Amino acid sequence: MRPELTELDRHLLNDFQQDFPLSATPYADMARTLGVNEEEVLARLRELKQAGAISRVGAVVRPNTVGVSTLAAMAVPPEELEAVAAIVNGYTEVNHNYEREHRLNLWFVATAPDVEHLTAVLDEIAGRCGYEVLSFPLVEDYHIDLGFELRI
Amino acid sequence: MSAKSHGSTNEHSEAGIRAKSAMPELNVIKHSAATLQRPPVDEADRRLLAAIQHGLPLTPRPYAGIAAGLGISEAEVVARLAYLKEAGVIRRFGVVVRHHELGYSANAMVVWDVPDEQVTGLGHCLAGFDFITLCYRRPRHLPQWRYNLYCMIHGKSREEVLAHLEWMVNHCGLQSLPHEVLFSRRRFKQRGALYAMPAGAGTR
Repeated sequence: MRPELTELDRHLLNDFQQDFPLSATPYADMARTLGVNEEEVLARLRELKQAGAISRVGAVVRPNTVGVSTLAAMAVPPEELEAVAAIVNGYTEVNHNYEREHRLNLWFVATAPDVEHLTAVLDEIAGRCGYEVLSFPLVEDYHIDLGFELRI
Repeated sequence: MSAKSHGSTNEHSEAGIRAKSAMPELNVIKHSAATLQRPPVDEADRRLLAAIQHGLPLTPRPYAGIAAGLGISEAEVVARLAYLKEAGVIRRFGVVVRHHELGYSANAMVVWDVPDEQVTGLGHCLAGFDFITLCYRRPRHLPQWRYNLYCMIHGKSREEVLAHLEWMVNHCGLQSLPHEVLFSRRRFKQRGALYAMPAGAGTR
């Protein structure tokens, strides 16, 4: 799954996590900065997206400014984990879902337009799965997201 | 649009505070007053964020189609995104990478039980490391869960993550605080959050 990265890929992945040009023609601007042509930038971005290296080109929205989200956790017997994870994954509202090494072994993030909707989703998941869903909404955010410098 | 296209800042955003501190005194007062008069995110902003929630199209004029769909101009789309970025609603705008696919296959959520009066200070200390991708305070859930400070560490291996952790513990003076390291085992789902649900989606 790991894509073979070219020098151009490294620049596309590292240089524009933060300083993406906000203009009508961002890919042409990126191409100019990198000394390549726009078609090349678009083609590589499409391939990196296809390979899963890029999830999207777009906005990372500050939590709880548009919509509300929470981190939720469940303690699920290992033999049922896959089935429960599949139920959780079935919700459009769930955007991250991981198994982690702990008694609380399923951790997911749910985002919804408002608190009522979010609560209803968590209640429904608990009801369908038969396990308590603990919800840990954000109280304070300390991280200033400057992107993640890849050493690749 | 005119009221918001000039560097008005969201009082609560770190980006906003940084931007403001660099401005002359008079501007600070003027922009603070403007901020009080309108919410940082209006309906059109919401529709725009929903329209780009799956990412921009990889085409030469990515905003043109989005603008047409929203019934506004391409220039207004760009201006609104610039405003939302400056106001701190958009925390980052650009290429969003997937760590795992790029060789950062180890990730651990580290949780700490920190005395309430120390959480903010320690949170800022942890958030400063470049291998940290998230750092949040969250409520405890006693008796099941005593932890109130969370951070996410990414690395190329388990050993690297643990080395990062040790470095953080020493640097921020966390030696005596109870903590647990929850490495991820399987990733069942990972994508951006959706701010608008398909019509009729309800809760499922």
